[in-house]
Amino acid sequence: MSILIIQLLNSLFYASVLFLIAAGLSLIFGVMRIVNLAHGSLFGVGAYVAAWLVGRAVNFGVPPIWLLLLIPVAASAVAVLGMIIEPLLLRPFYRRAEEYQLLVTFGLLLILEDLVRLVWGGLPLSADTVMDSMPIVHIGGLLYPGYNIFVIGVGVVAALALWFGIYRTKFGVLLRATSQDRRMASALGLDVGRVYIAAFAIGCFLAGLGGAIVVPSHSAVLGMGVEALVLAFVVVVVGGLGSLKGALVGALIVSLVRTAGIQFFPEVELAVLYLIAALVLIARPTGLFGTA
Amino acid sequence: MKAEAIALPRLPARLWPWAAIALGLLLLILVPGIVGTYQTQLLTYGLVMAIAALGFNLLLGYTGLLSFGHSAYFGVGAYTVAFLLQYFGIRSMELYILLGVPVAALVSAILGYVCVRHTRIFFGILTLALSQVLWSLALKFFWVTGGSDGLRVSRPTLLAGTLEFTGSGSFQRFIFSYYYYVLAVFVIAAAVMWVIVHSPFGKALQAIRDNETRARFVGLRVRRFRWAAFLLSGTFTGLAGILWVPLNGLTTPDILYWPFSGEIVFLTLLGGFRNFTGPIVGGIVFTYIKTYAVATTEYWQLLLGAVLVILVLALPTGIVGGLAQLAKRLRAT
Repeated sequence: MSILIIQLLNSLFYASVLFLIAAGLSLIFGVMRIVNLAHGSLFGVGAYVAAWLVGRAVNFGVPPIWLLLLIPVAASAVAVLGMIIEPLLLRPFYRRAEEYQLLVTFGLLLILEDLVRLVWGGLPLSADTVMDSMPIVHIGGLLYPGYNIFVIGVGVVAALALWFGIYRTKFGVLLRATSQDRRMASALGLDVGRVYIAAFAIGCFLAGLGGAIVVPSHSAVLGMGVEALVLAFVVVVVGGLGSLKGALVGALIVSLVRTAGIQFFPEVELAVLYLIAALVLIARPTGLFGTA
Repeated sequence: MKAEAIALPRLPARLWPWAAIALGLLLLILVPGIVGTYQTQLLTYGLVMAIAALGFNLLLGYTGLLSFGHSAYFGVGAYTVAFLLQYFGIRSMELYILLGVPVAALVSAILGYVCVRHTRIFFGILTLALSQVLWSLALKFFWVTGGSDGLRVSRPTLLAGTLEFTGSGSFQRFIFSYYYYVLAVFVIAAAVMWVIVHSPFGKALQAIRDNETRARFVGLRVRRFRWAAFLLSGTFTGLAGILWVPLNGLTTPDILYWPFSGEIVFLTLLGGFRNFTGPIVGGIVFTYIKTYAVATTEYWQLLLGAVLVILVLALPTGIVGGLAQLAKRLRAT
């Protein structure tokens, strides 16, 4: 029984990280109609920045519990990176065909992957001090890291905050208006460029947050972004590109299947995930909750 | 000096393309005699990638579908060869091609049947997802596929066993012979592709690309045409995979992973996807750029990414498209 609870918690932990990545990907697609192939790499950058910051802070002798504050700092750094990328690289492509948008984000992916290697080298970077500083939870005689439960909490808070931001604030209205009809929004006097920058920055913030909260329990390694991207793709395909609810449900489905897969059918665990995505695309191309 | 002295021989306009092709072919035939083994090997890689790109471009350039999963068909070709050697002991290149091409065609037919139900971005994601299924299978069923170590493929015999490559100096001999082998296959493949895109079938594909609704209105069965294009496209890319393995000597899941699909898209765009020769030029130029980028800097991905971004920003019609524009401008002045 307690094994089951732990497996469930594991998949919730995983779901919350996946949700952060997929929600950003979905938000960017929903507002800007761009499929950001570099999104996984931004997740990777978040992980590396967080691990690096934690490493510095530990050297300075910062008490471990304060290190948690570095997680939003790392996420914000990725958001700032996004605010540089959007006007510089993406803006010239909104009027062009989708192929070019995919290609420019693919180029960005190559650049970011190597920049990470250039800055932090090829060795994994870990930030387990943060994880060790959190208490260990007893579940029916088994031990479980409290940090994982904290991550689940972050996922829940992020989902609530996103929902509130998009459906209950004025900014959310602007965001949804731009997403519905960019030209109409612009004609009504909305500064679409600023909405785009904000949407992209929020998407990057979410990806960076995902990377920053995962790095205390898994080290930051090269190629983590490329791997995360395809999983995030599966999530948004299952849930529906451009849908927040879809990202949440998709993340839950994918992580449950993955946890079950690792337990029961490890050889085809990944293949099953991609097959689910393909099946959803065939049956319902817009995903479970998509409208695009 | 008088102008006539340097004037090019007067050819009728319709003969110019043939002259260009003949010159290009002559160059390709002479190259191994001029440059060394290493350069010959590089050029062989380039020709292989050119075949892959020709196939890919039937979908992107002529049918208007951007596949982000062509690594799947390349990988199917490559792994078929590896399996034929590993489990059946087959060492003949001709048998590899004869058996590998139908396998690649079959896989493209099955996956294509699914993929062509969608267009635009959903088509791209679907192709990507399906290619990842194959990648994860190749990675996880390591007792069949060798996992991330991949499978080794030794040098095959060419021309029904008349050319074998063992003993001293066999590497140089193999590269030299294999270059001409690939060149011959490349010429045949390019000719077949040329016929395809200039046939009524090819014209129908272009009509579908330009206006799907009208194409349907004149009675074209759009999805069936797209499926046929997908099948041909995957088969060509599979053929490239078959030719690639003996050259590389090893096949790993990396060639099934989606960034490799991205490379195929990249090199097609580099050459220019709006014309027939673009992918060929792209395949060869990309091979050189990548090889020299890998050789000169540890951060070659950074360099390639920057090239890609600049390319899409400044030269969206690719090398061939850019040259054509330049030629037009020069002729106008």
